Amino acid sequence: MRLAVENLSGERGGEAVFSDISFALDAGQALLVTGPNGAGKSTMLRIVAGLLPAAEGRVAFSGSGEFPDIRAASHYLGHLNAMKTALSVEENLAFWRDFLGSPRLSPRDALDMVGLGEIGHLPFGYLSTGQRRRASIARLIVSYRPVWLLDEPTAGLDRASEDRFAQLMRGHLAEGGIIVAATHLPLGLEGTRELRMGEEMLGAPGERAKGRGVSGGSAI
Amino acid sequence: MLALFLREIRLGVRAGSGAMTGVLFFLAVVAVMPFGVGPDLNLLARIGPAILWIGALLASLLGLDRLFQADRDDGSLDLLLMAEDRHMVALTVFTKCLAHWAIAVLPLVVVTPLLGIFMNVPPLGIAAATLTLFVGTPAITFIGAVGAALTVALPRGGLLVSVIILPLTIPVLIFGVAASRAAVAEPDPFLPPFLILAALTLFFSVIGPVAAALALRGAAD
Repeated sequence: MRLAVENLSGERGGEAVFSDISFALDAGQALLVTGPNGAGKSTMLRIVAGLLPAAEGRVAFSGSGEFPDIRAASHYLGHLNAMKTALSVEENLAFWRDFLGSPRLSPRDALDMVGLGEIGHLPFGYLSTGQRRRASIARLIVSYRPVWLLDEPTAGLDRASEDRFAQLMRGHLAEGGIIVAATHLPLGLEGTRELRMGEEMLGAPGERAKGRGVSGGSAI
Repeated sequence: MLALFLREIRLGVRAGSGAMTGVLFFLAVVAVMPFGVGPDLNLLARIGPAILWIGALLASLLGLDRLFQADRDDGSLDLLLMAEDRHMVALTVFTKCLAHWAIAVLPLVVVTPLLGIFMNVPPLGIAAATLTLFVGTPAITFIGAVGAALTVALPRGGLLVSVIILPLTIPVLIFGVAASRAAVAEPDPFLPPFLILAALTLFFSVIGPVAAALALRGAAD
């Protein structure tokens, strides 16, 4: 399994946000995407997830049987939690488990894994920000996907939950999964590669306004 | 797909207000009609089926704009679109439409007989109006899905949805009213317009979800 991104450029509303990003990940590897606000981290993840078209370049994924392309093979955890406030946490997870297929853990076990075992019966709307985030992290483990695309996954999490989440990610990598995470905070993973986005852009803000190809990104 | 259907039904039942709003609006439209046209019972009986149809059509437009917007607001829409390899987006839309119809529109059909009495429609006419609404309203929901998908990115697209889809629902209205009036007005045949109405529903049940799926994919950002 291999996820390769070649010379990827993205734009929003006709204006280039980032350009010329390349990286390649094999099974068991993780990539941290860092950079200032507006550097295009989220846009890049959405393009990789197939939710936005790429302006240039391509995302190549060589998968196996059940997961032929990147869209089928990934979990996407965006800013929004994709949970219904009127349903209980367990009902939400049970729905995604059925709908996404490839079931893994039961909703109850998954909630235990993120430390929400006690409150699975509560409506999602009653949860605090951090608990909501943990519930949507539980979605990653109720059904199996080899690739995790995470956008600020630890926003709102407390220290203990961050550690638990790091453990989940280590487990996923050990099984031969791939993680691409956009983040400001260290995720507690060892041996990950880092992609810095949009650093040149800070030096020359005028360039962005002109809409030319801008920020170079390089995998270190 | 069953999971999605059940989730939508559960959401509709828990949130509650959707079905009640529609029914109350329907009631309001039909109830003020006799005050407007006057207490001529024969006239009311003659225009009754048409009023029932117009009322149900307008009431079923309420809430349509939230069909995909609610999912977009909480991020579910991204995941529904990403699951395309397992569940065709058109099929997902179809399922959501069915659930929306069952939650928000079916109650309108259920109260139609009661409102028919308000309009002094004879029993046979009431039965015909209810039956045609039962068969015809799914078409409105399927057409509405296209409007809802087109305006999914607009913060207040409610009115725009109605403006986009109302012209498209006119054939449904024409044949629905024709069939329900034919049941009362003797020489007119009931079956031909009724069958065309059924055909319209089947037609839009295919076209609507496919078009809505295309619109949703185009609206991704």
